[in-house]
Amino acid sequence: MDFKSSETLVERPAQGPRSEDELPETAAAAVKVVIVGGFGVGKTTLVGSVSEIRPLTTEETMTQAGVGVDDIVGVERKTSTTVAMDFGRISLNDELVLYLFGTPGQQRFWFLWNGLFDGALGAVVLIDTRRLEVSFDVIGRLEERGVPFVVAINSFPDAPVHAVEEIRGALDLPAEVPIIDCDARLRTSSRDVLMTLMRYLHSLAGA
Amino acid sequence: MSGADQDWEEQSPERLYVITGGRSGASGHTTSLDLVTLIVSKAGPKPGMQPEQASIMRLCHSPLSVAELSAYMQLPISVVTVLLGDLLADGRVVARAPVPPAQLPDRALIEAVIHGLQKL
Repeated sequence: MDFKSSETLVERPAQGPRSEDELPETAAAAVKVVIVGGFGVGKTTLVGSVSEIRPLTTEETMTQAGVGVDDIVGVERKTSTTVAMDFGRISLNDELVLYLFGTPGQQRFWFLWNGLFDGALGAVVLIDTRRLEVSFDVIGRLEERGVPFVVAINSFPDAPVHAVEEIRGALDLPAEVPIIDCDARLRTSSRDVLMTLMRYLHSLAGA
Repeated sequence: MSGADQDWEEQSPERLYVITGGRSGASGHTTSLDLVTLIVSKAGPKPGMQPEQASIMRLCHSPLSVAELSAYMQLPISVVTVLLGDLLADGRVVARAPVPPAQLPDRALIEAVIHGLQKL
Protein backbone atom coordinates (compact mmCIF):
# COMPACT_ATOMS: atom_id res chain seq x y z
CA MET A 1 0.00 0.00 0.00
CA ASP A 2 1.34 3.30 -1.03
CA PHE A 3 0.08 6.57 0.32
CA LYS A 4 0.46 8.70 -2.72
CA SER A 5 0.79 12.41 -2.50
CA SER A 6 -2.27 14.45 -3.31
CA GLU A 7 -0.86 15.48 -6.66
CA THR A 8 -1.19 12.01 -8.12
CA LEU A 9 -4.48 10.92 -6.58
CA VAL A 10 -6.76 13.57 -7.88
CA GLU A 11 -8.20 13.92 -11.33
CA ARG A 12 -9.29 17.30 -12.50
CA PRO A 13 -12.53 16.99 -14.38
CA ALA A 14 -13.13 19.54 -17.10
CA GLN A 15 -16.88 19.14 -16.88
CA GLY A 16 -19.21 19.87 -14.02
CA PRO A 17 -20.38 17.28 -11.49
CA ARG A 18 -21.86 14.03 -12.71
CA SER A 19 -25.63 14.12 -12.32
CA GLU A 20 -25.45 11.76 -9.33
CA ASP A 21 -22.97 14.14 -7.69
CA GLU A 22 -25.27 17.13 -7.84
CA LEU A 23 -26.58 18.48 -4.57
CA PRO A 24 -30.35 18.52 -4.14
CA GLU A 25 -32.11 21.83 -4.62
CA THR A 26 -32.92 21.74 -0.90
CA ALA A 27 -29.24 22.06 0.09
CA ALA A 28 -29.40 25.20 2.18
CA ALA A 29 -26.14 25.53 4.06
CA ALA A 30 -22.70 24.02 4.31
CA VAL A 31 -20.17 23.50 7.06
CA LYS A 32 -16.52 22.60 6.78
CA VAL A 33 -13.87 20.63 8.56
CA VAL A 34 -10.18 20.99 7.78
CA ILE A 35 -7.80 18.04 7.64
CA VAL A 36 -4.30 19.32 8.21
CA GLY A 37 -1.04 17.43 8.01
CA GLY A 38 2.30 17.10 6.23
CA PHE A 39 2.79 15.93 2.67
CA GLY A 40 2.03 12.27 2.12
CA VAL A 41 0.42 11.77 5.52
CA GLY A 42 -2.85 10.65 3.94
CA LYS A 43 -5.06 13.75 3.94
CA THR A 44 -6.46 13.09 0.50
CA THR A 45 -6.80 9.40 1.31
CA LEU A 46 -8.91 10.26 4.35
CA VAL A 47 -11.00 12.79 2.45
CA GLY A 48 -11.48 10.34 -0.40
CA SER A 49 -12.52 7.45 1.79
CA VAL A 50 -15.50 9.29 3.30
CA SER A 51 -16.39 11.69 0.50
CA GLU A 52 -19.47 11.04 -1.60
CA ILE A 53 -17.69 12.62 -4.57
CA ARG A 54 -14.26 11.85 -5.93
CA PRO A 55 -11.94 14.36 -4.22
CA LEU A 56 -11.60 17.60 -6.14
CA THR A 57 -8.72 20.02 -6.26
CA THR A 58 -8.92 23.74 -5.95
CA GLU A 59 -5.95 25.96 -6.45
CA GLU A 60 -4.82 29.22 -5.05
CA THR A 61 -1.97 31.35 -6.16
CA MET A 62 0.60 32.24 -3.57
CA THR A 63 2.20 35.59 -4.20
CA GLN A 64 3.85 37.84 -1.64
CA ALA A 65 2.56 35.78 1.25
CA GLY A 66 5.02 33.02 0.58
CA VAL A 67 8.09 35.17 0.22
CA GLY A 68 10.56 34.76 3.01
CA VAL A 69 9.17 31.54 4.38
CA ASP A 70 9.35 29.43 1.25
CA ASP A 71 12.43 27.33 1.62
CA ILE A 72 12.66 26.15 -1.97
CA VAL A 73 16.03 27.25 -3.28
CA GLY A 74 16.12 29.10 -6.56
CA VAL A 75 12.60 30.47 -6.66
CA GLU A 76 13.44 33.92 -5.36
CA ARG A 77 12.53 35.56 -8.62
CA LYS A 78 9.27 33.72 -9.00
CA THR A 79 6.35 35.91 -8.04
CA SER A 80 3.64 33.29 -7.79
CA THR A 81 3.32 29.64 -6.86
CA THR A 82 0.22 27.56 -7.20
CA VAL A 83 -0.88 25.58 -4.19
CA ALA A 84 -3.46 22.84 -4.49
CA MET A 85 -6.00 21.90 -1.86
CA ASP A 86 -8.00 18.71 -2.10
CA PHE A 87 -11.50 18.44 -0.77
CA GLY A 88 -14.50 16.16 -0.57
CA ARG A 89 -18.14 16.37 0.38
CA ILE A 90 -20.68 14.55 2.53
CA SER A 91 -24.40 15.35 2.33
CA LEU A 92 -25.51 15.07 5.94
CA ASN A 93 -29.19 15.49 5.18
CA ASP A 94 -31.35 17.18 2.57
CA GLU A 95 -30.31 20.62 3.75
CA LEU A 96 -26.89 20.38 5.35
CA VAL A 97 -23.63 19.61 3.54
CA LEU A 98 -20.23 18.93 5.09
CA TYR A 99 -17.07 19.77 3.15
CA LEU A 100 -13.70 18.33 4.09
CA PHE A 101 -10.60 20.25 3.06
CA GLY A 102 -7.12 18.82 3.19
CA THR A 103 -4.39 21.41 3.62
CA PRO A 104 -0.62 21.13 4.01
CA GLY A 105 0.67 21.80 7.51
CA GLN A 106 3.98 23.39 6.63
CA GLN A 107 4.36 26.95 7.72
CA ARG A 108 4.79 28.30 4.24
CA PHE A 109 1.21 27.28 3.46
CA TRP A 110 -0.35 29.02 6.41
CA PHE A 111 -1.46 31.85 4.17
CA LEU A 112 -4.12 29.42 2.93
CA TRP A 113 -5.56 29.15 6.39
CA ASN A 114 -7.41 32.45 6.58
CA GLY A 115 -10.31 31.65 4.28
CA LEU A 116 -10.12 28.03 5.24
CA PHE A 117 -10.53 28.19 8.98
CA ASP A 118 -12.96 31.10 9.08
CA GLY A 119 -16.19 29.43 10.05
CA ALA A 120 -14.74 25.91 10.12
CA LEU A 121 -16.31 23.64 12.74
CA GLY A 122 -12.93 22.29 13.67
CA ALA A 123 -9.88 20.44 12.42
CA VAL A 124 -8.32 17.01 12.29
CA VAL A 125 -4.55 16.98 12.64
CA LEU A 126 -3.49 13.89 10.75
CA ILE A 127 -0.08 12.65 11.81
CA ASP A 128 2.47 10.11 10.75
CA THR A 129 4.50 8.96 13.75
CA ARG A 130 7.59 8.80 11.55
CA ARG A 131 7.42 12.55 11.05
CA LEU A 132 5.97 14.21 14.10
CA GLU A 133 7.90 17.49 13.61
CA VAL A 134 5.39 19.02 11.21
CA SER A 135 2.66 18.57 13.78
CA PHE A 136 4.24 20.78 16.46
CA ASP A 137 3.85 23.99 14.49
CA VAL A 138 0.41 23.05 13.22
CA ILE A 139 -0.93 22.33 16.69
CA GLY A 140 0.54 25.55 18.07
CA ARG A 141 -1.00 27.49 15.24
CA LEU A 142 -4.45 25.93 15.73
CA GLU A 143 -4.34 26.66 19.44
CA GLU A 144 -3.38 30.24 18.66
CA ARG A 145 -6.35 30.60 16.32
CA GLY A 146 -8.73 28.95 18.78
CA VAL A 147 -9.66 26.19 16.34
CA PRO A 148 -10.80 23.04 18.17
CA PHE A 149 -9.08 19.92 16.86
CA VAL A 150 -8.50 16.22 17.38
CA VAL A 151 -5.36 14.31 16.48
CA ALA A 152 -5.61 11.22 14.27
CA ILE A 153 -2.64 8.91 13.88
CA ASN A 154 -2.65 7.38 10.43
CA SER A 155 -1.31 3.86 10.81
CA PHE A 156 1.44 3.23 8.30
CA PRO A 157 2.69 -0.35 8.21
CA ASP A 158 6.32 0.55 8.85
CA ALA A 159 5.70 3.32 11.35
CA PRO A 160 6.82 2.85 14.92
CA VAL A 161 3.95 2.07 17.25
CA HIS A 162 3.55 4.60 20.01
CA ALA A 163 1.12 4.53 22.84
CA VAL A 164 -1.42 7.32 22.56
CA GLU A 165 -0.21 8.85 25.82
CA GLU A 166 3.33 8.84 24.50
CA ILE A 167 2.18 10.85 21.49
CA ARG A 168 0.25 13.18 23.77
CA GLY A 169 3.41 13.83 25.69
CA ALA A 170 5.51 14.29 22.57
CA LEU A 171 3.04 16.80 21.14
CA ASP A 172 2.42 18.43 24.51
CA LEU A 173 -1.34 18.09 24.08
CA PRO A 174 -3.81 18.88 26.86
CA ALA A 175 -5.56 15.84 28.35
CA GLU A 176 -8.94 16.76 26.86
CA VAL A 177 -7.82 16.77 23.22
CA PRO A 178 -8.80 13.40 21.72
CA ILE A 179 -6.12 11.32 20.01
CA ILE A 180 -7.15 8.34 17.94
CA ASP A 181 -5.58 5.75 15.69
CA CYS A 182 -7.00 5.44 12.21
CA ASP A 183 -6.54 3.86 8.84
CA ALA A 184 -7.31 6.67 6.41
CA ARG A 185 -7.95 4.16 3.63
CA LEU A 186 -11.03 2.83 5.39
CA ARG A 187 -14.32 4.65 5.18
CA THR A 188 -15.44 3.50 8.63
CA SER A 189 -12.15 4.49 10.22
CA SER A 190 -12.16 7.94 8.62
CA ARG A 191 -15.78 8.40 9.61
CA ASP A 192 -14.84 7.53 13.19
CA VAL A 193 -12.21 10.27 13.10
CA LEU A 194 -14.87 12.79 12.09
CA MET A 195 -17.24 11.42 14.74
CA THR A 196 -14.51 11.86 17.36
CA LEU A 197 -14.11 15.48 16.32
CA MET A 198 -17.86 16.06 16.41
CA ARG A 199 -18.29 14.49 19.84
CA TYR A 200 -15.43 16.62 21.09
CA LEU A 201 -17.06 19.74 19.62
CA HIS A 202 -20.32 18.67 21.21
CA SER A 203 -18.66 18.44 24.59
CA LEU A 204 -17.16 21.90 24.10
CA ALA A 205 -20.52 23.34 23.08
CA GLY A 206 -22.13 21.88 26.15
CA ALA A 207 -19.58 23.34 28.53
CA MET B 1 -13.02 24.55 -23.99
CA SER B 2 -12.79 26.83 -26.97
CA GLY B 3 -9.87 26.76 -29.36
CA ALA B 4 -8.69 30.14 -28.13
CA ASP B 5 -8.02 28.66 -24.71
CA GLN B 6 -5.26 26.51 -26.05
CA ASP B 7 -3.21 29.58 -26.87
CA TRP B 8 -3.11 30.47 -23.24
CA GLU B 9 -0.68 29.06 -20.83
CA GLU B 10 -3.09 27.47 -18.37
CA GLN B 11 -3.27 29.41 -15.11
CA SER B 12 -0.85 32.04 -16.34
CA PRO B 13 -1.27 35.26 -14.38
CA GLU B 14 -1.99 37.11 -17.63
CA ARG B 15 -4.89 34.86 -18.49
CA LEU B 16 -6.39 35.19 -15.02
CA TYR B 17 -5.94 38.94 -15.15
CA VAL B 18 -7.97 39.13 -18.35
CA ILE B 19 -10.75 36.93 -16.96
CA THR B 20 -11.28 39.18 -13.97
CA GLY B 21 -10.76 42.43 -15.86
CA GLY B 22 -7.70 43.09 -13.77
CA ARG B 23 -9.39 42.82 -10.40
CA SER B 24 -8.10 40.76 -7.53
CA GLY B 25 -11.18 40.09 -5.49
CA ALA B 26 -11.17 42.44 -2.55
CA SER B 27 -14.40 44.36 -3.04
CA GLY B 28 -18.16 44.13 -2.85
CA HIS B 29 -19.85 40.76 -2.67
CA THR B 30 -16.65 38.79 -2.98
CA THR B 31 -15.63 39.41 0.60
CA SER B 32 -18.68 37.59 1.92
CA LEU B 33 -18.05 34.44 -0.11
CA ASP B 34 -16.69 31.44 1.73
CA LEU B 35 -15.22 28.30 0.17
CA VAL B 36 -18.43 26.52 1.12
CA THR B 37 -20.94 29.20 0.18
CA LEU B 38 -23.46 27.42 -2.05
CA ILE B 39 -24.18 29.15 -5.35
CA VAL B 40 -27.36 28.64 -7.36
CA SER B 41 -28.07 30.26 -10.70
CA LYS B 42 -31.47 31.77 -11.37
CA ALA B 43 -31.44 30.96 -15.08
CA GLY B 44 -29.28 29.46 -17.77
CA PRO B 45 -26.38 31.34 -19.39
CA LYS B 46 -27.28 34.23 -21.65
CA PRO B 47 -25.82 34.67 -25.14
CA GLY B 48 -22.92 37.09 -25.13
CA MET B 49 -21.91 36.36 -21.56
CA GLN B 50 -18.23 36.03 -20.76
CA PRO B 51 -17.48 32.29 -21.17
CA GLU B 52 -16.39 31.86 -17.56
CA GLN B 53 -19.55 33.50 -16.26
CA ALA B 54 -21.63 31.37 -18.63
CA SER B 55 -19.89 28.30 -17.17
CA ILE B 56 -20.88 29.36 -13.67
CA MET B 57 -24.49 29.85 -14.74
CA ARG B 58 -24.50 26.39 -16.27
CA LEU B 59 -22.68 24.61 -13.43
CA CYS B 60 -24.88 26.15 -10.75
CA HIS B 61 -28.23 24.96 -12.04
CA SER B 62 -28.10 22.87 -8.87
CA PRO B 63 -26.36 24.21 -5.73
CA LEU B 64 -22.56 24.13 -5.94
CA SER B 65 -19.99 25.42 -3.47
CA VAL B 66 -17.44 28.06 -4.41
CA ALA B 67 -14.72 25.44 -3.90
CA GLU B 68 -16.39 23.01 -6.31
CA LEU B 69 -16.81 25.77 -8.88
CA SER B 70 -13.12 26.55 -8.61
CA ALA B 71 -12.26 22.86 -9.06
CA TYR B 72 -14.52 22.23 -12.02
CA MET B 73 -13.54 25.46 -13.75
CA GLN B 74 -9.86 24.95 -12.92
CA LEU B 75 -9.60 28.54 -11.78
CA PRO B 76 -8.22 29.84 -8.48
CA ILE B 77 -10.75 30.66 -5.75
CA SER B 78 -9.79 34.32 -5.92
CA VAL B 79 -10.73 34.47 -9.61
CA VAL B 80 -13.99 32.60 -9.11
CA THR B 81 -15.03 34.97 -6.33
CA VAL B 82 -14.47 37.99 -8.59
CA LEU B 83 -16.65 36.41 -11.29
CA LEU B 84 -19.27 35.54 -8.71
CA GLY B 85 -19.23 39.07 -7.34
CA ASP B 86 -20.40 40.37 -10.72
CA LEU B 87 -23.08 37.71 -11.09
CA LEU B 88 -24.34 38.36 -7.56
CA ALA B 89 -24.43 42.11 -8.15
CA ASP B 90 -26.46 41.52 -11.31
CA GLY B 91 -28.79 39.17 -9.45
CA ARG B 92 -28.03 36.29 -11.79
CA VAL B 93 -27.04 33.89 -9.04
CA VAL B 94 -27.92 33.60 -5.39
CA ALA B 95 -25.55 32.68 -2.58
CA ARG B 96 -26.59 30.43 0.29
CA ALA B 97 -24.23 31.46 3.02
CA PRO B 98 -22.53 28.89 5.25
CA VAL B 99 -23.56 28.62 8.86
CA PRO B 100 -22.07 31.82 10.31
CA PRO B 101 -19.04 31.47 12.59
CA ALA B 102 -20.77 33.40 15.35
CA GLN B 103 -23.15 30.49 15.81
CA LEU B 104 -20.33 28.01 16.29
CA PRO B 105 -20.02 25.69 17.97
CA ASP B 106 -23.71 25.11 18.05
CA ARG B 107 -25.03 22.00 19.81
CA ALA B 108 -27.93 21.40 17.46
CA LEU B 109 -25.71 21.84 14.43
CA ILE B 110 -23.10 19.41 15.77
CA GLU B 111 -25.85 16.91 16.53
CA ALA B 112 -27.09 17.21 12.95
CA VAL B 113 -23.57 16.49 11.69
CA ILE B 114 -23.21 13.49 14.02
CA HIS B 115 -26.54 12.15 12.89
CA GLY B 116 -25.53 12.55 9.25
CA LEU B 117 -22.20 10.81 9.79
CA GLN B 118 -23.86 7.89 11.56
CA LYS B 119 -25.71 7.11 8.35
CA LEU B 120 -22.50 6.72 6.36
